[in-house]
Amino acid sequence: MISIVNAALLTLLATVTVAIVRQRSLFGVVILAGAYSFLMASLLIALDAVDVAMTEASVGAGISTVVLLATLHLTRTREAPVRRHNLVALLLSVVVGGALVLGTLALPPFGAADAVIHHHVAPHYLANSVRETGVANVVTSVLADYRGYDTLGETTVIFTAGIGVMLLLRSFRGRRRARDDEDGAQ
Amino acid sequence: MAALANLADHYNYIITIFLMVAGLYVVIAHGNMIKKLVGLSIFQTSVYLLYIGPAKIIGGTAPIIDAAFGVYSNPLPHVLILTAIVVGVATLALGLALVVRINEAYGTIEEDEIFERDIAE
Repeated sequence: MISIVNAALLTLLATVTVAIVRQRSLFGVVILAGAYSFLMASLLIALDAVDVAMTEASVGAGISTVVLLATLHLTRTREAPVRRHNLVALLLSVVVGGALVLGTLALPPFGAADAVIHHHVAPHYLANSVRETGVANVVTSVLADYRGYDTLGETTVIFTAGIGVMLLLRSFRGRRRARDDEDGAQ
Repeated sequence: MAALANLADHYNYIITIFLMVAGLYVVIAHGNMIKKLVGLSIFQTSVYLLYIGPAKIIGGTAPIIDAAFGVYSNPLPHVLILTAIVVGVATLALGLALVVRINEAYGTIEEDEIFERDIAE
């Protein structure tokens, strides 16, 4: 059975999502996306994922919001009215949602200790990580030790994305400066 | 009554799927590229819930080993999603940088207007 706090946070998340879909002002969308990330972080704490909640609050609600606001500063803040008919998108979404709900019917109930995923490698980590790595926080020991190659791959992805952003925005700044100089000369 | 109990047991999955579908709808139906990327972020965060929800054990606590506790939630999905969050913000930043470049080249971030200009040229 799901707790009342979890159910309330889940319902709030769904409400904020509906508001994001309906909001036409992009500034409003960005602020609502920040609220969404904070609700998600609260829910993650309620689900015992404290490390993930910390990351979501700092990266999802912090860095993402700042990056989105910076983009709004460089572009525009109003969404044009939708001209296309959205019936196909709506139909596709409903069909995908229905198929996914059908897929979850056979899943174990929320919070069941006898679910399959709790009997694979997780008991080994919980039983042996303090002895094998000397770290009390199991998430840390799995992230940096047992699955260290995953974290190396993650770092590679961030590095690549950072290079991409720098290349795209550096040329943008250079061209804008050149254009400003031209305007000044005329 | 059984149906209601089943709903309470699967409520987190239903909301997860709702968020996923809402993100999918925004990505398909909205032409504004910033809105599209926010929709993509909602889709990504719904996947976080899909992983973290089943990891919870009722009566368990956060997976930090201490003599005072006996039952811990599953730490493995937490690790996978930590990676996913950071990769998610990296892709968002790259996508937004592309939006800034598109806005510079076309003077708009609306998909329809970009297609119209492409056809006109």
